[in-house]
Amino acid sequence: MDAIQKTLLEQVAGLHEIPTGAYNIRTNGGLAGRNTTANIDIITKEDKPGIDIIIKPGTKNESLHIPVLLTQTGLKESVYNDFVIGEDCDVTIIAGCGIHNGGKEGTEHSGIHSFVVGANSKVKYVEKHYGSGEGTGERIMNPVTIIELKEGAYMEMDTVQIEGVDSTKRVTNAKLGDKATLVIKEKIMTHDNQVAETDFTVDLDGEDCGANVISRSVAKDHSRQLFLSKINGNNRCNGHTECDAIIMDEASVRAVPEITANHIDASLIHEAAIGKIAGEQLIKLMTLGLTEEEAEAQIVNGFLK
Amino acid sequence: MLELRNVSYQVQDDNNLKEIIKNVSFKTEQRFVAITGPNGGGKSTLAKLIAGIITPTEGQIFLDGEDITHKTVTERAQMGISYAFQQPVRFKGITVKDLITLAAGKNISTTEACAYLSEVGLCAREYINREVNASLSGGELKRIEIAMIMARGTKLSVFDEPEAGIDLWSFQSLIRVFENMHEKSGGSILIISHQERILNIADEILVIANGELKNRGKKEDILPDLLCENAGCKTLLSKMDK
Repeated sequence: MDAIQKTLLEQVAGLHEIPTGAYNIRTNGGLAGRNTTANIDIITKEDKPGIDIIIKPGTKNESLHIPVLLTQTGLKESVYNDFVIGEDCDVTIIAGCGIHNGGKEGTEHSGIHSFVVGANSKVKYVEKHYGSGEGTGERIMNPVTIIELKEGAYMEMDTVQIEGVDSTKRVTNAKLGDKATLVIKEKIMTHDNQVAETDFTVDLDGEDCGANVISRSVAKDHSRQLFLSKINGNNRCNGHTECDAIIMDEASVRAVPEITANHIDASLIHEAAIGKIAGEQLIKLMTLGLTEEEAEAQIVNGFLK
Repeated sequence: MLELRNVSYQVQDDNNLKEIIKNVSFKTEQRFVAITGPNGGGKSTLAKLIAGIITPTEGQIFLDGEDITHKTVTERAQMGISYAFQQPVRFKGITVKDLITLAAGKNISTTEACAYLSEVGLCAREYINREVNASLSGGELKRIEIAMIMARGTKLSVFDEPEAGIDLWSFQSLIRVFENMHEKSGGSILIISHQERILNIADEILVIANGELKNRGKKEDILPDLLCENAGCKTLLSKMDK
């Protein structure tokens, strides 16, 4: 792995070295390293690019890293990763994609991840997207996440895109069984002429299931963002979706939350707020001795922390 | 030392010029100066003029002899002016510790940050990592605002009605906070207040009404008049004297 790839790896997975536990590192469309454990198996798909990850029932306190790194300009790939997580597990999955584009052609990664989370299992899924490189070629990422939570399963999805991705369309579809819980936390910052679109659909099918979809974003310069969030309450359930955006410069943010109750005991809430940084927030920090630029940076960093 | 020299502040209001501050001049030589007066009289505007949030339309403001009339909020803060808002600001994602650290202007330990919170009567452990967002009550925010001013420890601290919204916290401890702050920072305090008990510990009281400095002096001279401004009270007092 070269220096650029190591930097990308640190950005998307927080890794300085080869991780402990199970991992699968994909660089420029090839396999750069893999480790399986007694409980976590990783198998290369034969019909299309991607892997099957099988986590045995009862696997506790294990982690899996599956970073994807692209440094070859012009490379375009779609990768299908299917996760089957057994019952009564407690695992952390760290995915993430880093693109370094030093050339003129666009580099594109589409990761299609599907999760089936077994009954009473707990999964934390962390996904970070990062782009770098001086090239004029676009850095494009279009992740798709499909989630099925069985009875009593819990999944937390933390998805972060802070810088360097020119264009992204992120689609997440989830179906929840009885007593299942899904928490999605999304953080996005766009700058220059970047475009980011997120599209969440959550079907609350099971009795007493619940979902909380929270998005915080900052749009700078001429960037554009679209946030779509649909929650369908098809049973006795709780759903909450929230989009909170800071708009700056000449940016544009559109938020379209949608909640549908198809059951008398479905309790659903949506909230959406878009606004610039409040003048009084800037002034407060300036009365502490910060310049306007420093105050703005503090507010944005805090908001996306 | 703060000096205002013939300071006026006008705003355009429905095609009319409205004078909110009218030719106000004073020097604060005392360590604890209270500004009081009726609502809408211009007290908060005066605080904003001193902090640099607004600029006088006429007149000059001096800090230790230096003309700061056209200095920015940031410059004034760096020169040693602190300003506690009447209505503190909320920040999503920024914690109490973050704000106190920014106020201190350097990295401080959690223990140090907690010490400021304890002084304003907040249980430090409960609050230090809380976000300064809508989950905090107005009273909690006011105390955090005071803790930030303490962490700054500048030569001039301006408080705009620090007692407003503070509940279940005796004014005695608020007064103790101001006394401690003065001892530690060696700075002076300018406090806008309606509270008799705060006015009572002031070395000097300025009365601002209708945009003008109506009166100033020691509490012994100002307080009796203030407390008995209406005619009925004066009649009663004159009867009692007899």
